[in-house]
Parts: sequence; structure tokens; C-alpha cells
Amino acid sequence: MIAEAGLAALWLAAALALLQLGLALGVGGAPGKAIDTIRGVAVAQGLLTLAAFVALIMLFLRTDLSVLLVAENSHADKPWLYKFAGTWGNHEGSMLLWVTVLALAGAVVAKFERNLDERSLGKTLAAQAALALGFFAFLLFASNPFARIDRAPLEGRGLNPLLQDPGLAFHPPTLYLGYVGLSVAFSLAVGALVTRQVGPALARAMQPWVLGAWVLLTLGITAGSYWAYYELGWGGWWFWDPVENASLMPWLAATALLHSLNVLAARGGLRAWTMMLALVAFSMSMVGTFLVRSGILTSVHAFAVDPTRGSFILVLLTLYIGAALTLFALRIGAVKEGAPFDPVSREGALVANNLFLSVILGIVLVGTLYPLIAEAATGEKLSVGPPYFNATAGPLALILAALMMIGPQLRWRRDRVAVMPRLAPGLIVALATLVATFLLAPDISLLARLGLALGAGLVPASLMPLLGRALRRTPLAIWGMCIAHLGVAVALIGMASDSAFTREKLTTAVPGDRVAIGPWVVELGSIMPVAGPNWTALEAELRASRGGGVSVLKTQSRYFTEPVTTTNEAAIETDWNGQLYAVLGAQDVATGRWQVRLWWKPFVTLIWFGGVLIALGGLLALVGRWWRGVRTRRRLVEAEL
Amino acid sequence: MNRARFIPLIVFALIVVAVAWRLAVPRDDRVASKLEGQQLPAFALPPALPGKPGLASADLASGSPRLVNVFASWCVPCAAEAPVLLELKRRGVKIDAIAIRDRPEDVAAFLARYGDPFERIGGDSESRVQIALGSSGVPESFVIDGKGVIRAQHIGPIMEQDISGILAALEAAR
Repeated sequence: MIAEAGLAALWLAAALALLQLGLALGVGGAPGKAIDTIRGVAVAQGLLTLAAFVALIMLFLRTDLSVLLVAENSHADKPWLYKFAGTWGNHEGSMLLWVTVLALAGAVVAKFERNLDERSLGKTLAAQAALALGFFAFLLFASNPFARIDRAPLEGRGLNPLLQDPGLAFHPPTLYLGYVGLSVAFSLAVGALVTRQVGPALARAMQPWVLGAWVLLTLGITAGSYWAYYELGWGGWWFWDPVENASLMPWLAATALLHSLNVLAARGGLRAWTMMLALVAFSMSMVGTFLVRSGILTSVHAFAVDPTRGSFILVLLTLYIGAALTLFALRIGAVKEGAPFDPVSREGALVANNLFLSVILGIVLVGTLYPLIAEAATGEKLSVGPPYFNATAGPLALILAALMMIGPQLRWRRDRVAVMPRLAPGLIVALATLVATFLLAPDISLLARLGLALGAGLVPASLMPLLGRALRRTPLAIWGMCIAHLGVAVALIGMASDSAFTREKLTTAVPGDRVAIGPWVVELGSIMPVAGPNWTALEAELRASRGGGVSVLKTQSRYFTEPVTTTNEAAIETDWNGQLYAVLGAQDVATGRWQVRLWWKPFVTLIWFGGVLIALGGLLALVGRWWRGVRTRRRLVEAEL
Repeated sequence: MNRARFIPLIVFALIVVAVAWRLAVPRDDRVASKLEGQQLPAFALPPALPGKPGLASADLASGSPRLVNVFASWCVPCAAEAPVLLELKRRGVKIDAIAIRDRPEDVAAFLARYGDPFERIGGDSESRVQIALGSSGVPESFVIDGKGVIRAQHIGPIMEQDISGILAALEAAR
């Protein structure tokens, strides 16, 4: 019953999306008059889609094996959290989650958007309905999550054990919320291009969506990076895997968009560029999800290739992105540019920021798609790995960090006041750090050295905009910017420190052996079999000491039976100045010695701490914007009384 | 600006063409082994366990194609592969084996537990023949034609869905 109800809700929601599109395009009267009806339809569509998603969650929690999707992806023995998360740990469920977020975002825009004129809002809701309609069709015709099977199996077929991890249970939905939040920016841009109303009002309507999506993307990427770090057991935190790139590209576009929206909102400038970024950000989200889901690109995240589904989504993407880019090309000539500005000004710095972010985005896009394009053109099979990305994106990211030290200190339009005093603290710290690295660590790579120097310089530079302000009356948006930039500084120091100072040791040991790494001495203790709900494992106990006390680390080599898979659970000891990371490998049969892999990673935790700070900065800006809106409205109400 | 506004559209069109091509021409991930077409290296391995003959390269140039399975009793995927090898034997495939870094009693226990599809089993206690064969892990299987030439290499366990491919390779080696 639940499955049928869910499917019915999905069909109804699709019908409402069609109705919304028709009304917004002016079927049955002038679209302006129908705006209240459209609002209601959008809200109903969002709620029905949510109901369908809740139905699927219930099927997974009950392990209803008569539903094909549950039978193939779940198992009665699985802990309930993973049954719950299993809802979106597969193709159909994740697409339903995607559509649910899309429909709910449309509902929120319809219900709460007050900045825009009604015509633009109507066109925006038309665009949002068109997006939803395509993905509804994809679900209903090519990926029905509620399909039943004739004879229910006795037991389900499990879930990829690599995905049985609390962090990962919430990593995909966070990213999806971010991806799909960008759909609103896309629809707003389409609406504005149709009505030619590109201006500060549009920027203000777009800002909360981009900010919110960007915060979630930042958190999602940070969490994904940490997950890969401790779960894959390779000791790295970023692999330039196509799936990681698929999440990084929308983030880069959204970061650029976030900054160019400031120019559009405050000064009415960068109109064409901002519209382009709004279209690109969501296009990247769709392309990224599609490339990942269709298995077009080879990745550690294995997803089944299904040419029918792949073609269906490709047609959808071509229609949406192609139509939006065509609209842009035809209309952008009619959009007037805003007020002019000097190269040395806040606008100038934000243009530079956009330029560098876009170039990095281009580099990642080329690197991700190059193997595909090369094989299509020449038949040659190749892969593009970290050396390409690090050598190209790395230096550009450092230049961007250097710009970040300068940009926030500049004023709008034209900077006449002497800038040097405001730049001095950052520059002095950066130079001092640079000199210190030459003296204390002469052997580290140039990129790591510059990363350390710029990261250190960026710490005071990020906080400079707070200097001379009454802190309690400083707008939250300024606080947000400073904290987000500080987060970049912190993450950059973490990355540079990890790349410069990491110590690695691969050795074999028997219980009782001691291994020295960095400041630590690690003793291999007992190796015991342990059992979990659906796995068995060999657990090694490691006693790590540095000077005083002893900490006990437990690393496991887990063996899952359904499906048969082995995973390595790294043991990580976090200290104030870094992490000790240990992985147990296989036992050599001939000698009886165990492979043990150890890393000492000074300050590596700063990478993710920085990521969280960046997201926190975004959140503060979002809260500040919302609070200001509430206060303005309250004041308007009071003025009327 | 006038022409530049079409650039994103053109870039996107290129991406669509590449992706459409990939959908039309599915990826071929099969890695062709460099060993295919090469003569087997000369070797003579002692029996891996009492009561069963060992394996020498001369045994493999017997006039008809054979499958050589590189395995070990301590290897979990080898146990998963065992029923498929029995199925291949039932279909008339002649299978020999090389046991890597193993002890006779362990091999005997493995065969007792998972079944014995093998005619001959050579014991390669130091992985010398494994390395000469260019095999990097267990399990791996080689299709050898009647003249002792390697015709196909299968890396990893032979699973249910690989049976038809292995049979076809054996037929082609005839």
C-alpha cells in the first residue's frame, strides 16, 4: 500500500508541475493574474513529492522486500540508521531525493519570495516547474523507485559496506541540498533573462539561495573529504576523483557567484557575468550528478552504467542547459551594464576573484572530461590524475589566496585612501612565515612553502575588516565574510602542512614490535577477531606514546559477507598538532608478520576545521540577511501603524 | 562580447557530443594482457600435496587447450571461485593449478572443503613461476593452447558471468 501511495503522490506531483508550467506560461489567461494559483500549485507539488519520499523511507525502514529497490539495496540485519540512509544510497532513491529537494525549493520560492516583480517570479516558477517536470518524467518512466517484484526474496541484497558509515549517511543529502538549492539561482536567472529584469532586486532574491546552497556544498565537500580520508585508508584527503570534481565544480561556480552577486546587489554591476555564473552553477550540479550516476566517467564511486537512463538524462540536460545558454546568448546583449568602477576597488578585486575561480573551474572541468574527449577523438585511453590538477589548480589557488589578502581591504568603486596600512599586517606575517620556513624547513616544496606563508598572512588579513569597527554593531554579513576567509586561511595552512611535513612508514610487525614515526612510538599489541552486526573483522590494537601517556588505537580490517567485500578502518589518534593515522594490512603467510601502515600528519585536521569555518561564515551571512529582512519588515509594519 | 556570448553554448555542445559518444560506445575496460600470444616460460613444479602430480610446462603442451588456475588456500576470493571452477570441469574443461606459497596440508584442507577440479597441482612455494608468468596476485587463470602458448589471462576470480568468456577463449585456442 505504501509503495502505491508513494507512486500516486509522485504522479500527482508531476501533473501539478505540468499545470504550474502551463499557468506560468500563460495558458488560460495572463500569467500575471494566475500568480496566486501558481504559488498554491507549487506548494502542493512540493508537499506531494515530500510525501512520496517519506513513503520510500518507510519502505526501507520496514525492509519491505516486495519492493524491488528495497530488496536490492537493503537487508533486515542492517542497523536502522543505514536502512534509513539506504533510501538514498541507490540510484532511484537518490533521484527521488533530488526531485524532492527541487520541488520543495520551488515551493519555498513560490511561498516566500517577495523581492521580485510578479512577471519575473512567474517566469522563474515556470523554469522551476520545467526542471521538476523533466526529473519527474525520468523517475516515473526510467527509474521508478516503487516498482514491486512478483515474488519477494527472503532476504535483501545489502548495501555497499563502504557506504555503511554515519558520516556518509548524511553526506549525499547535504550535497544534494546544495546542488538543488542552486536550481533556484538557475530558475531566477532564466526568469530574469526572459523579462530582462537583471538588477539588484534579482541579486537580493538570489543571494539567500546561493548562500544556503554554498554552505551545504561546503559542508558536504568537507565531510566527503574527511570520509575518504578515514574510510579509504590511503591517508589522503583529496583524490581528484571525477565524483569529487563533480562536487567541487558547482562549489567553485557558486563561490564565484556569491561574490559577483555582491557587486550586482550593491552596485548593479557585473550583470551578464552573474547571470552566466548562475546558469553555470546549477548546470555543473546537473552535469556532475549525471556523470556520476551514469558511470560515464571512471571513479572510485562505482555506479552501474545504464545506457537508457544515461540517454534520458542526457536529453534532459541538453534541453535545460542548451535552452538556458541559448536564452543567455540571445538576451544578454539587451541587459545594460551597471555603474563603472576602477580596477583598484572592491569591484576590481571581486572581478579578479571571479576570474581566478572560473579559470580553476575550467581546469577541473577539462581535467575531468579530458579522458572522455581524448578517447572520443583519438581512441586513446588515458586518465588525468593529481599531478595535472595540483600543478595547474594549485598555483592559481595560491594567487587567489594572495588576492584574498587584498580584496576585502579595498573600497567600492575606487580606492583613493592609501591602501598599504590596511595590507601591511597580512603582508608582514606572510613574509615572516616565508622566512621562517626557509630557516626551519629548508627542504619542503615551493607550493607547500607558499601555502604556509599565504595561509599565515591570510589570518590577520581576514580579520582586518573588523578592525576599527564596533564589534557588537558590525553586520553579521561582515562577520561571515571574515570568518569564511579565516576558514580558507586555516584550511590552506592544513593542506600545506600536510603536504610539507607528513611522515609515512610502511612496515611489517608482529605483536610486541615497536615502530617510531614522527614524535610517536607505536607498539603493535594484540590482533583479535571481532564481530559487528553484519561483518567480522580482525582488530589490531596499537599503543601509541609520545613522551607521557599511552593512547590505544584500534584499526580493523573488516570483512562483509553481503556482498563479499573487505574494508580497512583506519585508526586515527587526534592530537592538538596533528593526527596519527594507522591501517592494518594483510598478514604475510610465510613470515607471519602483519603489514602496518603509519602516517604522522601535522595539523592535517585544520583542513576540515577550515572547511567548517568557511561554512560557518556563510551561515552567519545567511542569518544576518534573514534577520535584517525580519527587522526591515517589522519597521515597515510599525511605520504603517 | 557579440560572439563571446555563444562560447558557453559551444563548449556545452562539445561536452554533449563527447558524452553522447560514450553512451553510444560503451567503455571497454578489458585490459589486454601482454602475455597473450607468448610461449609459457619453462618450469617444473613439484606436487603441491601428496597424491596428486605436480605441474611442468611440458604438461601444458599436450595438444589440447587447458586452463591453469593460480590460487592459494589462504586466499578468500579463491574460495569464492571454487564452485565456478567445478562447473567448468563439469563442462569438460581440463584444469591444472599452481598453488602459491602454500603448505601441503592447507592445500589438502582447501580442496576437501571447496572441491577439487584440478588434474595437476604444482606447488610454487616461492612464487617464482607466478612471477615468471606475469601473474600479480591470486586468483588468476591462464588459457593455454595445445602448443603451450598463453592465449588469455583472467585476473581475479572467475565468476558465474565469466564462464562463457572462458569457454570461448578455450574454444578459440583449439
